[in-house]
Amino acid sequence: MTGKGELLHPGKDLSVLLTSLFLCSPADCAIKAMMKHEQEESPNRPDNTAFTQQRLPAWQPILSAGIVIPGFVLIGLVFIGVGVGLFITSRDVQVLELDYTGAVATDPCYKCSDPNIKNCECTMEFHLDTLFKGPVFIYYGLTNYFQNQRKYGISRDDNQLYGDLDSFKSPASECSPYNYDGKNKSIVPCGSLANSMFNDTFRLYRMVNGSKKEVPLNGKGIAWWTDQNVKYRNPSGTPLINAFNGTVKPINWPKAAYELDTTDVYNNGFINQDFLVWMRRAALPDFRKLYRRITKDEYQAGLPAGNYSLEISYNYPVLSFKGKKKLVLSNVSWMGGKNDFLGIAYLVVGSLCVIMSIVMLIVYAKFKFPEED
Amino acid sequence: MCTCLCKTVRSPEGKLSLYCKGADTIIYEKLHQSCKKLMDVTTEHLNEFAGEGLRTLALAYKDLDEEYFSQWKQRHHEASTTLEDKESKLDELYEEIEKDLLLLGATAIEDKLQDGVPQTIEQLAKADIKIWVLTGDKQETAENIGYSCNLLREEMNEIFIISGHSPEDVRQELRNAQNSMKPNGAVNSLLLFEDMGKHVNLIKDEVADGEYGLVINGHSLAYALESSMELEFLRTACLCKAVICCRVTPLQKAQVVELVKKYKKAVTLAIGDGANDVSMIKVAHIGVGISGQEGMQAVLSSDYSFAQFRFLQRLLLVHGRWSYLRMCKFLRYFFYKNFTFTFVHFWFGFFCGFSAQTVYDEWFITLYNLMYTALPVLGMSLFDQDVDEMWSFQHPQLYIPGQLNLYFSKRAFFKCAIHSCYCSLVLFFIPYAALQDTVRDDGKDVADYQSFALLTQTCLLFAVSIQLGLEMSYWTAVNTFFVLGSLAMYFAVTFTMYSNGMFLIVPSAFPFIGTARNSLNQPNVWLTIILTSILCVLPMVTYRFLLIQLCPTINDKVMFKVRQARATPPPPPRRTRIRRTSSRRSGYAFSHAQGYGDLVTSGRFLRRPAISRPSSFPQVGRATTGFSPMGRSAGYSPTGRPQNAKVQDVEVTSLQMYRTITDRPL
Repeated sequence: MTGKGELLHPGKDLSVLLTSLFLCSPADCAIKAMMKHEQEESPNRPDNTAFTQQRLPAWQPILSAGIVIPGFVLIGLVFIGVGVGLFITSRDVQVLELDYTGAVATDPCYKCSDPNIKNCECTMEFHLDTLFKGPVFIYYGLTNYFQNQRKYGISRDDNQLYGDLDSFKSPASECSPYNYDGKNKSIVPCGSLANSMFNDTFRLYRMVNGSKKEVPLNGKGIAWWTDQNVKYRNPSGTPLINAFNGTVKPINWPKAAYELDTTDVYNNGFINQDFLVWMRRAALPDFRKLYRRITKDEYQAGLPAGNYSLEISYNYPVLSFKGKKKLVLSNVSWMGGKNDFLGIAYLVVGSLCVIMSIVMLIVYAKFKFPEED
Repeated sequence: MCTCLCKTVRSPEGKLSLYCKGADTIIYEKLHQSCKKLMDVTTEHLNEFAGEGLRTLALAYKDLDEEYFSQWKQRHHEASTTLEDKESKLDELYEEIEKDLLLLGATAIEDKLQDGVPQTIEQLAKADIKIWVLTGDKQETAENIGYSCNLLREEMNEIFIISGHSPEDVRQELRNAQNSMKPNGAVNSLLLFEDMGKHVNLIKDEVADGEYGLVINGHSLAYALESSMELEFLRTACLCKAVICCRVTPLQKAQVVELVKKYKKAVTLAIGDGANDVSMIKVAHIGVGISGQEGMQAVLSSDYSFAQFRFLQRLLLVHGRWSYLRMCKFLRYFFYKNFTFTFVHFWFGFFCGFSAQTVYDEWFITLYNLMYTALPVLGMSLFDQDVDEMWSFQHPQLYIPGQLNLYFSKRAFFKCAIHSCYCSLVLFFIPYAALQDTVRDDGKDVADYQSFALLTQTCLLFAVSIQLGLEMSYWTAVNTFFVLGSLAMYFAVTFTMYSNGMFLIVPSAFPFIGTARNSLNQPNVWLTIILTSILCVLPMVTYRFLLIQLCPTINDKVMFKVRQARATPPPPPRRTRIRRTSSRRSGYAFSHAQGYGDLVTSGRFLRRPAISRPSSFPQVGRATTGFSPMGRSAGYSPTGRPQNAKVQDVEVTSLQMYRTITDRPL
């Protein structure tokens, strides 16, 4: 209320000379203050733009019956359509599973299930009623096998597998305890993932007029292109064995990495496709991995009906962790291997959408909230 | 203790004088006996002015002896530099010099309510905000203001005036008020208070039988704020639609706020423009200072400040509400997206031997909150609004859900956790079942860990992005850009990090090389992503839709109305300004016939143990001088409405009054 704009402190500051205590009535002061205000535009004054004043043009959707109910019907119908397509596709995919774990005494491989028996061979017979359309893929399947266990999964050295010779000499510590053997020699490839590589082998015979005729299995083209050409790489220099000087093979391996396929340089060492398939660890404890393709000769169109014999060289112990081993023959469709779930799920969700849209329509018709205020 | 403003002045002739202004009661106590007759006349005039609704001040002066003053000044200097008991010594000195004053006269100032005060108060009342006026003005003035700003209304059943001078009187008055408001419930609740004694820590909301108003005087308030009576006072006050406390001290203002805070567990907002409002501004949860002619004290101690009282409705009904809405949406969504992200690991734990294997790629975990989902939620919390400002003003009831904590509470949090839990189940088990034993269309592996990680994280990102779209009710271009940009960013970053180039630079840091190329070209992977995203969102859409149909909230109704209004071209006209039907009350002014000095000097309120934290009040000079009794108070700033037909009359009156003052022989 002071004309000079200073704040009064009652009874304090007695030496200040007061000249105009009541010269300015509040109304005058207000006018002066307002004029003063308009003259000097505040530097803090926000811009009067749509952005700063929160007036940006916007789309304001609400969940109105006109959108939700037709939307549900549409989604439902589309899903049912897709579901039917998927279900039929999946139904047409042929799958043959052969469990050869040998857990039960009647199983042909029962004799091999004892881990003390080495180099055990067993044979399984099976019969195909109709043509098994090609291309046929052979998978080996393992159950209760936790390849997704964290410490198991990180027990590898990507630099080593990329052909880095330094890592050959000193494998990454994640590989422990599979980085050095008892004599302090480095293990290549190191780690439990590589060490536990699946080593059963299979041969398939077709019984024609009582004689066995081997079905040629193709071990190429079973791994991802990026794995074989980018992610994994053999150390430079030929022969490959030189790079492995001073290293030892993984403890469980029957032969060293450079001996995995001596017939083909591009399928040997770290870029051996069986090795690559194994190293791409599975997401779930029950998994299948591609073993071979049947693409050659008269089997291009598929496996004809008839009797077949599968010779298994049984090396990989699974009974100790209550796992199971199986061999799977399968062909594929545009949506991959057989999987009924996706088609059924689409059908269920689509039907639910249609049902819910009917429920919502009823609710809307009956309880539509009153439009007054 | 002085509650008036004093100044010493040296005239051009070198004569020293002391001038003093203040409320009449205070000044009168300091006057010389010779002024007795003048005092009576002035009192008469002052009452007349106050009745007209003017703010009054008394002025007095005293010639000072040069020698005495220099000696007094010396003592003042000593006192103000002393370390012990400085305040009381200074007080004594001031008391000594401020005596035997000669009455100069009185001023009466017309002080108009600011523009839009009644409308604002009406709006806030509609938003279910309880308004209490705490003013230093005298009772008649305060009542006048109450009427002029629509707080008190003619059609109210009764307006109780508490002005007892003893605890018994005040208690009786409060009980009478309670009895007439709640004829049945009063007795019970009194017993309740006695039973529970000090254990009462929350007073429930009650509903009175009609609309009532309460006006309580400062001296009665001092008794009512005593611990034995405060609950009764609070209960009575809360039964009333309008509460006006007049002639209250700054400390009492703070005590009232503290009382409401303590027993009502309500969020309090104090608004004021004067230095005497500082204490309550500091005590209240939200302090608002009006920057005006009363100095910067209130503004400096406030959380928000603006120039006009009417901006309060914009602060609360528009920006406050938007802010609450955005904050709650932000919190709910943030919990949702992180719970969903995290719970998936829990389900995965059952399938990976609880080995702490993460479902997603490490890079995805790093960038999820940082990059992929940061901007969309930020955009939502910057721009979201259910209805625009015009509709917010038109429907103040939209403010009520905030008072009930509807948008974010334990319940809302729990719902959000359940929703997240559901989504995480979908996000884990749909990809799980879809990838189980499946292969690519060329027979190669696609059920490997890396593909599964990529699939799940893509599903997650789609699900939370669609959910965000569902939450967002205001899609600006920026929001759309943020949402689509984040998804695009995800794919760009993912393909980059899974590329050959990145792997060749640091092989061990980018082990996911090739995953995106090898699995995202599979139709079944995309079908899984679509199924998962849709399945995450559809139940929420259904739930919300049914909720809107079956028990629509005020927001739903208003939003529906907005849509209807948009469909029909003419926008609804702005609410016409409400005029009071009564024209008998003067529309605009205050008076200041008597301050609360007598109360302050009686030391009555000091006996009560202070609930407010003393540290929050700045100790300026003499005790409580920081809150000088400049008269104006919180809750309103006085200015009239220019369109008021009565303005013409009153201006004449005020001019007459000024003449009266100036013509006065001294």
